[in-house]
Order: sequence, then C-alpha cells, then structure tokens
Amino acid sequence: MIPIASLERTAFDLMAKAAIEIPDDYLAGLRRCADTEKGDLSAFVIQAMLENYEAAKEDRRAMCGDTGVPRWYVKFGNEARVEGGPVALERALRSATARATREVPLRPNRVHPLWRTDHDNNVGINAPEIEYAFHPDADWVDLTTVHKGGLFGSDYRMLFPGDGIEGIKRFYLDTLIGFGKRGLACQPAIVGVGLGGSKDTSMTLGKQASCLRVVGSRNPDPKIAALEEELKEIGNSIGMGAMGFMGSSMVVDCHIEVGYCHTGGMPMSVHMFCLSSRRATARVYADGRATFRTDPDWFTDYSRRSTVEWGKPVAEAAE
Amino acid sequence: MATKLKTVELKLPATTDDLRALEIGTVVYLTGRLYTAREGVYKRAVEDGAGMPAANVDLGSANFHCSPAAVINPDGTYKVGAVTATASFRFAKWLDGWFDISGSNIIIGKGGMTSEIYRNVFVPHNAIYLTTVGYGTGALLGRGIRDVPGVYWRDELGLAQAVWVLDVEHFGPFLVESDLAGNSLFERENAKIAPGIDKLYAGTKPATLRRYGETDDKTEEVI
Ligand code: SF4
Repeated sequence: MIPIASLERTAFDLMAKAAIEIPDDYLAGLRRCADTEKGDLSAFVIQAMLENYEAAKEDRRAMCGDTGVPRWYVKFGNEARVEGGPVALERALRSATARATREVPLRPNRVHPLWRTDHDNNVGINAPEIEYAFHPDADWVDLTTVHKGGLFGSDYRMLFPGDGIEGIKRFYLDTLIGFGKRGLACQPAIVGVGLGGSKDTSMTLGKQASCLRVVGSRNPDPKIAALEEELKEIGNSIGMGAMGFMGSSMVVDCHIEVGYCHTGGMPMSVHMFCLSSRRATARVYADGRATFRTDPDWFTDYSRRSTVEWGKPVAEAAE
Repeated sequence: MATKLKTVELKLPATTDDLRALEIGTVVYLTGRLYTAREGVYKRAVEDGAGMPAANVDLGSANFHCSPAAVINPDGTYKVGAVTATASFRFAKWLDGWFDISGSNIIIGKGGMTSEIYRNVFVPHNAIYLTTVGYGTGALLGRGIRDVPGVYWRDELGLAQAVWVLDVEHFGPFLVESDLAGNSLFERENAKIAPGIDKLYAGTKPATLRRYGETDDKTEEVI
C-alpha cells in the first residue's frame, strides 16, 4: 500500500522541480541550437534563455513567470494500491498543486472561463487535469507533472487519407509558421504531432508526444521515426529562429504518436512545448520511497500495443 | 550578457529624447519604476471609467504586460519569483485610452503589436514598445526586481490581474520592437523570412477539407 502522505509530498516536490529545473534533454537540445544558430538576434535569445535556466536554479525561482497550466499524468502499476484509493490520490495532487502555487511561488493562472474567478491556487473545475495510464507487472505509481505554457502553438485539423504525407507536412508548416512569427510559441520547441485516433485522441496524443517524450527519443516504427527526423529538419529550414527572428532554431525535436482512426479520415494535431519545457516525474513505491527523473517514460510497448492480448512487444511498421 | 547587439541602460522615467535614441533591435535594460497592467486593469480603468488605480507618479511610466509569479505574505510583504510577459496584441484596443490617462511612454510585453497600431496609437503618444526576450526569461527578470512599493486592485481583480508596482534595477534584457517612428522589428524579420516560404510548400496542395476564413497567404500573421 503506497502511503498517501508520500504521494502528496512527492507531488509537491515535482511541482517545484518542474518549475525551476529545465530537463537535461531539452537543455542539451537547446545548446545544440545555440552552436549552430547564425542569426544574431535568435542567438541572443537562446543565450539569454541559457542564462535564465542558470538563474532559476541558483535562486530556486521559477524559470518562467508564466506557469502555463500545471497538470498531472499518473501511471498506475497494475498491482499498485494507494492508501485511500484514487479519490485520495486526486485530492493529494490538487493539494500539492495549491501549496506549490503559494510556496514556489507559481503564477495562479487558472480561472473560470466565463466568470474569471481565480482561486489563486491553480485549482478549480477540471483543473489541474489528471490523465491516467496503466502498466503491467508493477506495484509503483509514476507521477508526472507538466507545466505546459502557451496559448499559442497548437492546432488541430481533420485531414483525409488523400492528403497523404504531403498534407501532413503542409499542416505542420502552417502551424509552425503561423505561431512561430513573433515567437508566439516561444520556440525552439519540442513539437508533438498526434496522428489518427478520434479527434480528441489526436489532440491528446500530440500533446503527450510533445510533453512526455524526451528530446532524442524516436517512435519505434522506423518509418515514423524517419518522418520525425524529416519534420524536424523541415521546421529548422523555415528560416525562422527564436522569437521569429531570422535563424534556424525552431524545432529542438519532433515526436509523432499515432492511434487507429476512422477509415475515412486522418485527424492531425500539432503542439509546441516551449522554451520552458517543464516536466518532472517520480516513481513512488509501496514503501513510500520516491525516485525522481525527467523522462516520464509515458509511451511504452504496452501503451502502444495494437493487439487484443498483451504478450510480447509487437513492432508494427506500415506495409 | 555578452552580445554583439547594441545595448543601452535606460533610466525610468524615460524622456522622449531618451527614446529617440533607441533603434529597433537594440538590447535594453531598465532601472527605475514600472507597473503591470493587462486586460483586467484596462477594462476597469478605460472601459468602465474607473480611471487610474493610483497617482501616475506612484505607478511609474512603463507598463509591463505581465502577471508576476508572486504571493502576498500574511504580514503584507511580497515574494516575487519569476516575471514573464504575456502576449500584447490582445490589448491593442485599450491602449489609446490608456496612454491618455496613464501618461506612460513605454509598453513592455510579449510579441509586440502591428506597425499599424504603432503608427496610429504609439507614435502620437511618443511611446515605444519593448519586447521581453525568449520569452521565458522570467528568472532573470525576477532578479532585477528590488522592491514592490504597491499592489493595487488585488481584491477587485485577483493576484494575476492586479497592478503590481515594481522598482527595478538592471531589469532585462529587452529588445526594442517599435521605435518612435512606429517601425516594428518583428515585421522587419517577417519580411526577411517571407521569400523562402514558398519553396517549403513545393509539391504540397491545400488540405481536402478547407476551413472557413482560411487564407493560403503565408506572409499573413495570426495576430
Ligand atoms: S510559452 Fe513557455 S516560455 Fe513562453 S511564456 Fe509561456 S511558459 Fe514561458
């Protein structure tokens, strides 16, 4: 039985870590952008961001004043049992979010969409979001928080099979150029693409692809992995860098996740995880111990399974 | 910060002569007093006619489009962590009225506005626009805050929308996005990037299902 107090304490620590410490994989990716960026202004912006991450860590203050929308991803081991059950866990996550808002501090961003009521704690109706996944043969719970910034940089479109790969590239470019101008998306970004599924799944997969996969990771389908590389290259050859200034630093990495969709359609979403790509994960064990990391390890062979039964991993490449 | 870009330390309040010396693309650091104000404040002050929350001299002459990550301690003191600008284009409609009542001549924010707004609203008020950098440089900006001499309309608007008055020192970096003539750095950069865009789309065709109001002109902007 995982003690609820450990889950709440760990959740609070995760909120602070995510807000303050830029994940190493994104940092290394941004440094690579800095090495190759030839645009004066874009290079200046990246340099300022690198100094900003240092300042955040030294002072233990949030790296970005805009907390975005803090949210949770929970992965339950199939054998995990939580003291008080899922209801207690949700309470703990809401409580940790509120306390972190006060104590880190984070910006209280969450308001009622119509009445603009602000509880000053990032908690409200349907906020923070909590998404769930499960994992076989495990008794731990993985908690991941993502502070996703950006009112801009995401878009959804219903494409059709006839639009093909060229249609995917076109919508991808539309989104990057549209939101890249003036740096509305706070690029260089980790771009996530959701392909297929139902409309909402397409949005969810794309967001998870940008926020829950580390820079350098590749989709297990070699053809999709090649498309990830290609889209990354295309994004960086727009001629646009940080803040939309002339340059080559648009995409730190591109991740694609797919889901089976209606035979007639090919829904697609694009998401951009910004210069403050804030995520932190911890695994909490039955004895209450927690280990921290920056790779959420959200997508697994199990989560990407395509068969009824779960046995050994099935790599499914397009015929 | 080491850079080849021209860098200026600007004291607030800034005179029109001070601002005349600033070209687009110049790096600026600020020292002096400024305040935050965004849609909640504009709506209340300009649209609902409440006027300014305090005397202009107590607020300062530079308006930062931002809500700090900050808390008001039980003893009434403040803890400011990070500050980051929010996208400014949404506030354009209130600015003419705001310049009139606030007397401010610097707007600091994210992403700027269109040069049309600069020419029609900023230029007549001898005002310029400074953009934050990144835009996520919240920790660096947080370091430049020396004091919070006041917070106004906190009960009326909440922590995020309240007017935070900030005394700052070597606060930045910012980039000059619009000058006193109404030129825009972002539009200059857009124009440099535009010629290369067509070839990126070579071999692709518009999506099967169109969207209402959709344009296929990639030189247009979404703001
Ligand atoms: S998009 Fe990211 S870097 Fe930009 S202001 Fe929002 S949280 Fe900060």
